[in-house]
Parts: sequence; structure tokens; C-alpha cells
Amino acid sequence: MATVFIPTALRAFTDRQSQVEITSDTVGEAISALAALYPDLAPHILDDEGALRGFVNVFIGQTNIRETQGLDTPVATTDEVSIVPAIAGGSDLARRV
Amino acid sequence: MIDLPLSIAKRVHAEGVLAFPNECCGALLGSVDAVGTQELRHVVDILALPNTREAEEQYHRFVITPEDYLRAEQFARTEGLDLVGFYHSHPNAPARPSDYDREHAWPNLSYVIVATLLRDGKAAAGDVTSWELSLDRSRFDAEEQVAL
Repeated sequence: MATVFIPTALRAFTDRQSQVEITSDTVGEAISALAALYPDLAPHILDDEGALRGFVNVFIGQTNIRETQGLDTPVATTDEVSIVPAIAGGSDLARRV
Repeated sequence: MIDLPLSIAKRVHAEGVLAFPNECCGALLGSVDAVGTQELRHVVDILALPNTREAEEQYHRFVITPEDYLRAEQFARTEGLDLVGFYHSHPNAPARPSDYDREHAWPNLSYVIVATLLRDGKAAAGDVTSWELSLDRSRFDAEEQVAL
């Protein structure tokens, strides 16, 4: 079974679990299985069409699946799958002082 | 709620001053305790991360790449810690979250902001505040600072 690591921001939706063991052939199947296990998590990572939301990334090991086959990327039983939220921000300053 | 020791706040100060007049950013590492229905995040370390926004926008914007986020989370795990939030600076602006901060934030994390400014011709740090996004994403709430 692959290990899916849940980021702190989303653990409120996974009963505080930081990692979940999932059996699947692809990343898409792993994410779908995770969403089925924790329905409140689903809208935070998948859109209405079941695609990965733009502000969420998934890595297998150190590789972003957007650089491979996306949700069709194969998952091996020893793989570590990480859900990674996009982080950004900044002040209201309108122009450089 | 957040337990942000003075030693950690000073390190965030220093990062903000170093990056001035641009924004700095980094991860807050520590642990989380349940206190009733709330979470108490203890910060025990920080990890400075590169601001990868275009150079001309860094005076009011920061971006942390997914690769750096993953690196921070994996570093935290090897240290037996959790990634419990992020810090960044607001050069020449108050230590209050902007609408842009809110639009890009996640709940269940602490967002520490340090104001930085020019004082007597030198970069200096001002207020340090901490904020948590409401679950409906409508607002940031100031986090109670817990001293233990």
C-alpha cells in the first residue's frame, strides 16, 4: 500500500491523521479513495469534475505529478504520495516605497 | 491559539529585516495540541524559504513553491515536528493580513506576520502578529498568544 501524507491544513478533515495507507494503481485512484474515506476532504482537493484543484499539488516522492502523467501517474506500493497546498500572500502596499 | 516564544519571534524579526524592502517567508515548525474545540500550535523552530515571486513584485508579494513546501514538511517530519504555519513580512505596511493574504491562505495553520520598516536609515522590525483563517475563509482571526 502507498502512503499518502496529509498536510496540516487538511488534517481537520482526516480525523487528524497525518498519513493514510491506500491501495491504488494510480494517483487519481489514490486521491479518489482518500476522498471516499474522508468525504469532507474531497472539495478541498478535487473540483466538481474530479480534477485536482489548481492550488493543490500532489507529489510522488520528490516529483510533482503535474510534470508526469497527472492523476494517471502510476503508484507503486512503496511510494510516498504527498498532498501539497500552494502557499502565497503579501501586503496591501500598492507600490514600492 | 499559538505559543510563539520570544526567541522565535526574534528570528522572524531577523528574517524580515534581512529581506527588507522585500517580503521574507518561511515555515513555522512545532506541534499541535487540542484545547477543547480549539488547536494550540506550539512553534519551536522556523525554516526560512525562498520567496520565488518575481523580484519586482517581492515588495508586496511572496510565493513558496510546492517543492519548498514539501522540503519543509519533510524536514519537520525528520525532526519529529509538524509544519504548523507560515510567516512572512509586510515591508512598509502593517502586520495585518491583506485580502490577498486571506485569498491564498489555508485554515488550521498559523500565519505570523512581521511589519518591517526603515528606522533611522536602517531596516527594522515592528509588530509581530499571528492569524488563523476561519473555516469558511471569510476572515482572518487574530490568534491568542499563549505563554507557557
